[in-house]
Amino acid sequence: MRFFITLRMALRALSRNTMRSILTALGIIIGVAAVIVMVSLGNGTKTQVQAAIASLGDNLVLIFPGNQGQGGGVRSGFGGATTLTVADADAIISSFQHGDSDKENTVGAISPYVTGRGQILANGLNWGTQVYGVSPDFPLIRSWRVAEGVFFDDAEVVSTAKVAVVGKTIIDNLFPDSDTASVIGQSIRIFGQGGGGGTPFRIIGVMASKGFSGNQDQDDVIFIPYTSHMKRISRRTSLSQIYVQAKDEDSVAKAKSDISDLLTQRHNGTVDFSVQDQADITAARTASTEAMTYLLGAIAGVSLFVGGIGIMNIMLVSVTERTREIGIRLAVGAHGSDVLMQFLIEAIVLSSLGGLIGVVLGIVGSILLGNYKGWPVEPSTPAMAIAVAFSAAVGVFFGFYPARKAAQLDPIDALRYE
Amino acid sequence: MPSVVKIEDLHKIYDSGDVPVHAVRGVTLDIQQNEFVALMGASGSGKSTLMNMLGCLDRPTRGRYLLDGVDVSGLEKNELADIRNQKLGFVFQGFNLLSRTTALENVELPCLYGKKRLSSRKMRERALHCLDIVGLSNRADHMPNQLSGGQQQRVAIARALVNEPQLLLADEPTGNLDSRTSIEVMGVFQKLNDQGITIVMVTHELDVARYCKRYLILRDGVVVRDEPTQDRSLAEAELGKLREAEAAAKLTAHPAA
Repeated sequence: MRFFITLRMALRALSRNTMRSILTALGIIIGVAAVIVMVSLGNGTKTQVQAAIASLGDNLVLIFPGNQGQGGGVRSGFGGATTLTVADADAIISSFQHGDSDKENTVGAISPYVTGRGQILANGLNWGTQVYGVSPDFPLIRSWRVAEGVFFDDAEVVSTAKVAVVGKTIIDNLFPDSDTASVIGQSIRIFGQGGGGGTPFRIIGVMASKGFSGNQDQDDVIFIPYTSHMKRISRRTSLSQIYVQAKDEDSVAKAKSDISDLLTQRHNGTVDFSVQDQADITAARTASTEAMTYLLGAIAGVSLFVGGIGIMNIMLVSVTERTREIGIRLAVGAHGSDVLMQFLIEAIVLSSLGGLIGVVLGIVGSILLGNYKGWPVEPSTPAMAIAVAFSAAVGVFFGFYPARKAAQLDPIDALRYE
Repeated sequence: MPSVVKIEDLHKIYDSGDVPVHAVRGVTLDIQQNEFVALMGASGSGKSTLMNMLGCLDRPTRGRYLLDGVDVSGLEKNELADIRNQKLGFVFQGFNLLSRTTALENVELPCLYGKKRLSSRKMRERALHCLDIVGLSNRADHMPNQLSGGQQQRVAIARALVNEPQLLLADEPTGNLDSRTSIEVMGVFQKLNDQGITIVMVTHELDVARYCKRYLILRDGVVVRDEPTQDRSLAEAELGKLREAEAAAKLTAHPAA
């Protein structure tokens, strides 16, 4: 039986009862649309996270205290573990920056990193923000240059100097009437959670503006020497993190393992820290999104399955309704396989068209969500192809039983059917 | 010349339920080219069963059936389907046209299942030719619900002819038609038969059987009578008689009209 004739017959039969065909395909349409939107959201979020992590800098290796340091955000304070010390940082610095030349080739810049919430007072105004204690290598690691003034240097780190480099948002909120240049030299008081009582710091520089990343204001920052932070602001004796920048992409892996070995040795074999590159952090951050996406995808898959059952149901009704017609076709010479093909193709056309419409609806939905709710969306072409293929498969699977029933009808009985 | 239909001691036994039903009990029959046979009998006589076997829709339990010289009694389902497609044409009491499909497409249907792949142009040509034979070429794009009963039956006859069959089988073809239309349809059958087509028709009406050339009566699964028709009715003449009768009725019934 010619394929295109059968296809045309199938389309004809479906168009004879358009409303019924649409309602039947609705399960598939909704299921596929949901999957497409879900995957677009998941993809978009992943890309967004990847971009955010990548914007931290190139070839970074971050060291976190505690074994499962993944959850802690790069910007948020890492409360719990206290296993990373300044001594560890110094050991890394001396080993990599002043040690043997082999290691010197893998690592470029190193910065210990302490963070804590703080209240900044100046000018009669106050502003709550995150206060970061870092070393002079930090701007290099983060590829974040100073727009005005200077960053602090090693001497100021050693002397726990009370100097600060602020971001644009701090200025906008504490010195709204001044321009950037005139802020240099001004005094601010920083109150830390550690009980540091309003130590006055001098602004020596302003960081270049970075804008927002997602919904985080990257200019809402204030950097002081980590030594000053630990002594005067947070009153802590351990580090929140250590930032390390490998010389190039190929050195990252070696840097990771070398640092791991060094710290393990220092901590007498206890691995109470974690050493991660940007890929690791991205993977950790997106792990929960991915799990979520799969779960939601599975639910949408159930919807597809139910849609398939709907198709099977309607096809069975259709076969019964058209018993006489099947009888006529058999009587004039159709083989059982011809009838099977006809009804199977009808089911497949129904489910495939449903899949295509679902993909279109899914894309439209994703775009609408992106534009009106600002959610990150990135429609994925492989997902679309799989969705359509899957819908067609649903048609084959659920259409087969009714088609076989039709093919096995006895022409005499079928012709007699009322 | 070989017979179109040659049946030797045909039996059909239905085995459903407790009691087997012996519907056809040994029928032997010979039908030559260009015959016009009426198959008659009361319900339960076995005529429908015999017709089903003649039409290769059912297989005999015992006996042989040679259609156009080929033994079809032992063929497989798909082989029988091919025989039906190439050698037989069916006309049913209920017309059995596909609804929401044009007359032309209905007539083309057997071509779609033919073994030889015909081009759509060729199929159209054949179908139009058959519609022409039954006088309905101007209604080729009408749907069945836009056609009268008689017209629908004629479309069904055209469909039966499209693959140039050896044998035309009609099952109570005038059962759903009024007397005038019945005569018209019988006229079509007679015209076809005059052109050389062999026809076997099942009917329980004597009037209809009178249009055929030979009649068989079945009772309890066996042939009890097999005779040529005396005083055969001819459709033209019968239509003429009908018109006269109608005219006479009009003249006396409504003088003022």
